[in-house]
Amino acid sequence: MLSPVILVPAVLNGLMTGAVYALIALGLTLIYGVLHIINFAHGALLTAAMFAAFFAYTLLGIDPYLAAVFLTPLFFLFGYALQRFIIGPAAHGEDRNFLLVTLGLAIVIENTLLYAFRGDTRTINLPYAFDTIEVGTAFLAVPRVIAFVAVIAVAVALWAIMQWTDTGKAIRAVAKEKLGAELSGIDVAHIYAVTFGLGTACVAVAACLLIPTYYVNPTAGDAFVLIAFTIVVLGGMGSIVGALIGGLFVGVVESLSSVFLGESLGQIGIFVMFIAMLLVRPSGLFGERA
Amino acid sequence: MKAYLPIAVAVALFAAVPFLTASNVVLNFLVMALLIALAGQGWNLLGGYGGQYSFGHAAFFGTGAYVTAILQVRYGVNAWLGLVIGVAAGALVGAAIGALSFRSGLKGSYFSLVTLAFAEVLRITASVAPITGAGVGTLIKLDLRPEAFQFQSRAPFYWIALGLVGASLIVVRAIERSRFGAYLVAVRENENAAKALGVDVFMVKLGAMTISAAITAAAGCFYAQYFLFLDAAIAYGPWISIDALLAPIVGGAGMLFGPLIGALVIKTLGEATKLVTGGAPGLDLVIYGVVLVAVVGLAPRGIAGLLSGWTPRQFRPGSSADQNHG
Repeated sequence: MLSPVILVPAVLNGLMTGAVYALIALGLTLIYGVLHIINFAHGALLTAAMFAAFFAYTLLGIDPYLAAVFLTPLFFLFGYALQRFIIGPAAHGEDRNFLLVTLGLAIVIENTLLYAFRGDTRTINLPYAFDTIEVGTAFLAVPRVIAFVAVIAVAVALWAIMQWTDTGKAIRAVAKEKLGAELSGIDVAHIYAVTFGLGTACVAVAACLLIPTYYVNPTAGDAFVLIAFTIVVLGGMGSIVGALIGGLFVGVVESLSSVFLGESLGQIGIFVMFIAMLLVRPSGLFGERA
Repeated sequence: MKAYLPIAVAVALFAAVPFLTASNVVLNFLVMALLIALAGQGWNLLGGYGGQYSFGHAAFFGTGAYVTAILQVRYGVNAWLGLVIGVAAGALVGAAIGALSFRSGLKGSYFSLVTLAFAEVLRITASVAPITGAGVGTLIKLDLRPEAFQFQSRAPFYWIALGLVGASLIVVRAIERSRFGAYLVAVRENENAAKALGVDVFMVKLGAMTISAAITAAAGCFYAQYFLFLDAAIAYGPWISIDALLAPIVGGAGMLFGPLIGALVIKTLGEATKLVTGGAPGLDLVIYGVVLVAVVGLAPRGIAGLLSGWTPRQFRPGSSADQNHG
């Protein structure tokens, strides 16, 4: 059972899946790190982006990887507007209200999708969806390899933005010391919205990477977001490195546990890990504070 | 007794409804509203008065419902006894989740997350465990006798739901007026200050969560008897977690009649949407979401807060929102 012929592909596939988890978690942790709120609308935004990628392909014939090029800025703007004009003003700066407002948005987005497209599960058929690459003893699906590489690229790009651009510096300043940043002339409401936009853009990229091998229905995003919550808690709320490593780790754990335990138990395993992590060490493995 | 007069008046008014109309549609609507008001009153005690926002009250609702149903179906226990045991089981689950989370110092978003996760674990477990009937669900046998907590007409069900809501109102009003209630509000307003003044914050939160879970579990028990069918998505599904928090938030969190007012309003909106759109799935929930965002944004004290215009300072939900994060 522990033969490397099974283990190596399971681990590699877990890493590929984990990369997409990591990207979703990255958006969540970025928003948490700066706004100090848990974005309950993250899953619904992922679902919306998956529908967008789905229709870009079925109606306009645009390849999902190409669609990412325009869906990402589009969702950035959408996220920016949501925070700037709805979440920010409605929450009056209270944490509890942020929770409720993002929960409300999640309900609105998910059920608008349900109303518009019904509960049907849809998939797209890409000509290359079943192509594989041989790596040693393992066969890896091409879309998953593309996803893995793309996530690394996005993470590096995000890191570069945070490190070297003025906006990135402003984001880090607001995350560290909001009042101080405000006093030195940083428009905090704008930075909050930019951060929320970046988080939403991550989700749009993730959706385009998922859609070639995954299905979409009005609740498709939820499964990923619960995993993303786990990763964020595991990696430490607000920690970008933590989200990446946590994502890859959870991907491998899930892949291995479905090899050894079967599908539905694997799902519970993630929740149990999540609860245990929250109870034992809510600051996570890489986090600074709870 | 003056403090309990509004409860008596409200219950008496509601109790008269079956004498005015025999319409099953009206009674069914009111039963559902009362059910949500009851589940919401549970949430209100912990969330509205205590400031601990649970996103997983389905854990208690579902436990109450399943315990009542399974005791009857598999062990032949009387339904009324099942109700009592169901409420106790819900309280126990609440105490367990509360003890684990509060001992770890989880608050704010973390508390919301962990309650959500517990409810999901229970849902997934119930959807595969043989004792709940797994995917098939649990069906309570039809047995239309009052001894079996089943009735020919809707009116008795309605009065029982009303009785449960009335009891929950009395319990919450009594807590409101007690020392424990003052501690609870103090914890909501400023946990550190409360602790500094000698309030045992852990025990206060744990107590509130246990009673809160018991109230919401009672709603679950009632649901099982009313519909006689349960599956994991009904009992432990996110819908009840959302309804249970939406009703008090819309009606007025941390106010006695908040959940009842909120439940009537959201159920009316939901039914109205269904009438207008012909029952298209999803649209009623879109309205719920919009209402939730609008209430939080425009009327943070809910409808009860708007109506009264004046409430005793100590029962104001949340601290004042002077800060503007934009």
